[in-house]
Amino acid sequence: MTDLSMTPTVKNDTPLLTVEHLTMRFGGLVAVNDVSFTARNSEITAIIGPNGAGKTTLFNCITGFYSPTVGRMTLRHPDGKEFLLERMPGYRISQQASVARTFQNIRLFGGMSVLENLMVAQHNKLIKASGFSIAGLLGLPSYTNVERESVELAKYWLDRVRLLEFADWEAGNLPYGAQRRLEIARAMCTEPVMLCLDEPAAGLNPRESADLAEILTFIRDDHKTGVLLIEHDMSVVMTISDHVVVLDYGRKISDGDPHFVKNDPAVIRAYLGEEEGEELPPEIAADLPEVAKRAEEGA
Amino acid sequence: MTAISVSSPRAIAWPAIIKEAALTAFVALLLTVPLVGLRTVDRPTGLGLETRWNEVVAAVGLVFLGRIGICLIREGQGVLVLVLAAAAAAAGFFIKMPTEALRIILIVGGAIIAIRAAMAVRTGRSKLSQAERDKRMDRIAAKVQDASRWLGPIGVVLALAFPLTPLADRQLLDIGILLLTYVMLGWGLNIVVGLAGLLDLGYVAFYAVGAYSYALLAHYFGLSFWLCLPLAGLLAAFSGVLLGFPVLRLRGDYFAIVTLGFGEIIRIILVNWYQFTGGPNGISGIPRPSFFGIADFTRTPAEGTMAFHEMFGLEFSALHRIIFLYYLILVLALVVNFFTLRVRKLPLGRAWEALREDDIACASLGINRTNMKLAAFAIAAMFGGFAGSFFATRQGFISPESFTFIESAIILAIVVLGGMGSQIGVVVATLLVIGLPEAFRELADYRMLAFGMGMVLIMLWRPRGLLAHRDPTILLYGRKGKGAGGPAAGTAAAGGEGIAGGRAK
Repeated sequence: MTDLSMTPTVKNDTPLLTVEHLTMRFGGLVAVNDVSFTARNSEITAIIGPNGAGKTTLFNCITGFYSPTVGRMTLRHPDGKEFLLERMPGYRISQQASVARTFQNIRLFGGMSVLENLMVAQHNKLIKASGFSIAGLLGLPSYTNVERESVELAKYWLDRVRLLEFADWEAGNLPYGAQRRLEIARAMCTEPVMLCLDEPAAGLNPRESADLAEILTFIRDDHKTGVLLIEHDMSVVMTISDHVVVLDYGRKISDGDPHFVKNDPAVIRAYLGEEEGEELPPEIAADLPEVAKRAEEGA
Repeated sequence: MTAISVSSPRAIAWPAIIKEAALTAFVALLLTVPLVGLRTVDRPTGLGLETRWNEVVAAVGLVFLGRIGICLIREGQGVLVLVLAAAAAAAGFFIKMPTEALRIILIVGGAIIAIRAAMAVRTGRSKLSQAERDKRMDRIAAKVQDASRWLGPIGVVLALAFPLTPLADRQLLDIGILLLTYVMLGWGLNIVVGLAGLLDLGYVAFYAVGAYSYALLAHYFGLSFWLCLPLAGLLAAFSGVLLGFPVLRLRGDYFAIVTLGFGEIIRIILVNWYQFTGGPNGISGIPRPSFFGIADFTRTPAEGTMAFHEMFGLEFSALHRIIFLYYLILVLALVVNFFTLRVRKLPLGRAWEALREDDIACASLGINRTNMKLAAFAIAAMFGGFAGSFFATRQGFISPESFTFIESAIILAIVVLGGMGSQIGVVVATLLVIGLPEAFRELADYRMLAFGMGMVLIMLWRPRGLLAHRDPTILLYGRKGKGAGGPAAGTAAAGGEGIAGGRAK
């Protein structure tokens, strides 16, 4: 049984998110199979694995887009409040449990301006202040004050992701990298305790990836937000994550700090293929030690 | 460069052009023979057929020549085509033709080709690419949107002043009331379709609920219009919520089909619940509105009430009531407009637009989608209900006939033609869709032909509606930023492209 004892470093005692025995079946297909792990506050937890390993399915379970077949997901806020995510309808996970997410294929409100995107993110706060639009329609100061604060928060995050000068642009017109950053800013405008990022570095060039890593460490260190990250870009994963969970065929195969995971034989096997499963032709098998030796000398 | 330049002189490929034109004419022939050539007439002995070969020949001939004209424009002979087409239109205008139809076809066809040629000559190219055209049209729409800041108030003042001018006779006031009713319905539906992006094909159901609410409440309980107006709105909103609950989980086409069904359900209930609603006979003798319950618009008021003309010391005129109705619907429509303009800048309106853009992203931001959609549905239904009870009190008689699917389609056409979400677009589209057929009533059959042609032209030239342009609801750098260069100016230029790209899918 894979349990929590594998987690080597413990920064703070109560984990932010505890996932226990999570299983998600689609008919006969088991996309996520009995996965348990924890994610901590002020830490970046990366979930990696080959294509089809069930990473995004796991994410969709955590953020309420799927309800898992089996399992429990507990979110503990720093102030002690607890939420059982598997029992909450999708939108409430963001509204009450303060979990924000981004998407693998960017989902911005393309026809709306950058600033409007960030205002929509603060919907729940604003609609309460607008008295479900009644105070807003009358233009009462109780609403306009909150709106001004929201614009300030939006400006803060736009400045953080270096999009402040683009505030009035149509979001759909931004370059790809800027859209990725805007999506993170939008998620952060909901003031989450946990931010879930689904492949934020996909399609970014090395320079943009480095920027992204900087933004994520800022979110972790200055906002004490837990970050849950799916990523294929190993340079990003290995440099910024504090904790890595590896999935393969829906199962957790490794869990630990980046250094531990990098050297875990199970992970190497999952990424590079089985050694014993394949029968190499004898002539190639005979050459292997020599090739390996030559490669070592070359390196 | 010169190789692809269109204006470079080269031989015109006549055989190819003739072939293309002949093919087009053949298609036109296949279409016009049944559509134009045959006509059913009511004879004493039964239904008879009448043939109209002249019109068929004229239409096919026009298509043939028009196609040649378009081909020549493509070949860079715009000036020649312009002269010929203008001559044809002029000939149709001044010279007497054997039939009226031939004359109209000649004038309209000649004019269209002439305009096409003139545009080709002006831009120096035979054809603008779709993207360029979109960008240009979007710039026009943006200008109109900008202008609506002062155009809107002027329009309101003109509409307010209109009944006081000597121009206002019974007929014009009636057309004005009709237009304003559709403007109000268009603005109401715009909330659901334009802002929230929910394709509602059964909006007329709420119109019917409003109309019948007032009629039945007045009929059975003798309630006055001013009490029933809010009640009708509430009942319509309630029916909107009732419909919304099961339906809002559906998306796109499925949603549209269910709303279509709902519209029909309401109508069929009205037809079949004979004892309560009067069935197909409808309800007549619906009370006219009073002057806010204080005075009546009659010459000799009933015991204990006052007459409007006595109250203000005026000469009695039947027009007073019409003018009052005109102002009533004007105010109701402006309330809807004011609400929409205001709510767009509020979290509710922004959430609607966000739902239209991306439903799933909304859920990830903690927006309760069902409640937002229900709110859109209920509010739009309420405005539909207001319009319905106004309709009932104006007509004095309602029957299920007035609430058929075609009404929903017309209201939707107004919203879509105007440009989804554009308030001024709804007004322009109403003038086109309702105003033009009214204005050309004497053209009888041809007005529907012109209407159809207008629709086709709009589809070709402005597939996303006449004035589809969206202004952000909040700006960090203000409107001045647009002229100052930098990224904000980029928005104006790139905006068109973005909308074109973003909505083209």
